[in-house]
Amino acid sequence: MTTTTFSWDVQSSEDDAVLVLHGDINSTAASGFEAAYAQIEGGTESIVIDFSDTDFINSTGIALIVSLLAKARAAHRPVIARGLTDHYREIFDITRLSDFLTIEDPAQT
Amino acid sequence: MITSFSEPTEITDNDPLAAYLLAAAGPVELDKVDLDSPALRALKEAQVMLVVPLISQGELVGTINLGRRLSDQPYSTDDRKLLAGLASQVAPAIRLAQLVAEQQAEAEERERIAHELEVAALIQQTLLPKTLPEIPGWEIDAYYRPAQAVGGDFYDFVPLEDGRYVILIGDVTGHGVPAALVMASCRSILRSATQQHSDPGAILATTNEALIVDIPPNMFVTCLCAVLDPDTSTLRFSNAGHNLPYASSSDGVTELRATGMPLGLMPDMQYDVVEATIEPGTALLLSSDGLTEAHNPEREMYGFGRLRELLEHSYSDTDLLKSILTDLDRFSQGVEQEDDVTLVVVRHTSSARSSAATFSGVTDLGSFEIPSVPGSERVVMDRVLEMVASVGMQPDRLQRLGSAVAEAAMNAIEHGNKNRPELTVSVFVAVNDGAVHVSIADKGTSPAPLTAVKEPDLEAKLEGLDTPRGWGLFLIERLVDEVITSQTDDGNVVELVMRLEAKT
Repeated sequence: MTTTTFSWDVQSSEDDAVLVLHGDINSTAASGFEAAYAQIEGGTESIVIDFSDTDFINSTGIALIVSLLAKARAAHRPVIARGLTDHYREIFDITRLSDFLTIEDPAQT
Repeated sequence: MITSFSEPTEITDNDPLAAYLLAAAGPVELDKVDLDSPALRALKEAQVMLVVPLISQGELVGTINLGRRLSDQPYSTDDRKLLAGLASQVAPAIRLAQLVAEQQAEAEERERIAHELEVAALIQQTLLPKTLPEIPGWEIDAYYRPAQAVGGDFYDFVPLEDGRYVILIGDVTGHGVPAALVMASCRSILRSATQQHSDPGAILATTNEALIVDIPPNMFVTCLCAVLDPDTSTLRFSNAGHNLPYASSSDGVTELRATGMPLGLMPDMQYDVVEATIEPGTALLLSSDGLTEAHNPEREMYGFGRLRELLEHSYSDTDLLKSILTDLDRFSQGVEQEDDVTLVVVRHTSSARSSAATFSGVTDLGSFEIPSVPGSERVVMDRVLEMVASVGMQPDRLQRLGSAVAEAAMNAIEHGNKNRPELTVSVFVAVNDGAVHVSIADKGTSPAPLTAVKEPDLEAKLEGLDTPRGWGLFLIERLVDEVITSQTDDGNVVELVMRLEAKT
């Protein structure tokens, strides 16, 4: 395994703005994360963050998710995490992020 | 007019002339004095006719000596009145000048003694170990604070050729310079005894025989001598009347008991040797009585009970010495330190040796170094996971270990090595007794802030009241079974311990 560069795309529907993340979520993802949110900013629909194409999130990545969640909460937009592995579900539990966003069961994805 | 000076004549206190002048009410004509006095003879030889005693507060502080009048006439009554008046004015002024000169001399003497004590304190510092032994899997810390410029406490570490260490702590009766002199001599004798013996009882017995020849009769030395074998975790120790060491672990606080007569009191003493095993997670405290016998303003003693209680709660503190000293200083606040305080902590951090696989039961899985480039933490994680792949760790635990390794590596790269690529992060991986040990070492000079990690306040972060960052150390602590941090001369070491299987 090697480090994979972060990228994202937005696949929005009527109900949701879906941010699909690719690659490692670490300090190198910081500017991409902001740009991705900027693209969906201003809407009112729920925000779905799709993690199914990412297999590494570190503490800096957690901080990026916290920042995004803070902005979404200020805009009263619910946030849904999709495609999280069991390991990162556990990390979302440890950090209590799971108290502030909805984690989709794997079956729903 | 004064035509000539003669050398001042000294009148010693026991010269009868001194008493005569003190008793005289005013100027004295020497012609009329008949005493067996060296001073009187000297004055007459110098052709002194009239002596005016200068008396201040009942003390003869000097004399005004007059020779023959130019007119060859005797001194008149008016002359004498004038001289007596002059003497009464001059005497206190001379006394004052003498007092000032005496005080100056005393101050200079005090300064000289203070300077000598400073030098003595420096010399004594050189008698204490300049560095602490570095033993993989063990942490050793020591503290020394004399009550005065110099003290009678000491500690020492002497490495033996077979890898064992002699650990010594001692206390000479009294404090200050006398104790410091005996301390210096006792330390040298102990050092040379460790060259002849590696048995703690024999070291103390040999020292006792040598010390008893030189030590002043009213002085003695208490000393605890321990020989630590880091490979087998055994501690063999003997005690010459010193405070007992405490071994603290999750099982509680135990006194390691051994008794014996202090050094320098009686010849032909034998010292029993007691053996103890220092299990991983155990902190051993050796102390002098300056700690337990410290008083608070109410004159209560710090005592063994308080120390025991503190150890029960704080034995696992990374900086145990600081915890003890903080408690002591809080207790004895406002009270001048009465006795020297010396503390030595020997902590068994882990049964695994991070850099060597010679330790029984440890399988070395490998080691590597990487430059401190941001993003390398992912490389460290992947390589460690590869090395650990064959040891049979539960998959969820393996992933948790991976994330913790990445965080610890990122901490080493960013905080320890400040992202300087020329500084490397060293990683050692070993498996021992059903657990994987990953040691991550940086070259940082400031200690890694890895103690007492508080849970980050997510609500505050979401409200924008706190930085969204600050998860790394918290995650490490929550993801693995044990985190052990230590500092070496080279930098910080974080050791992550993860059992292969969850505890049932």
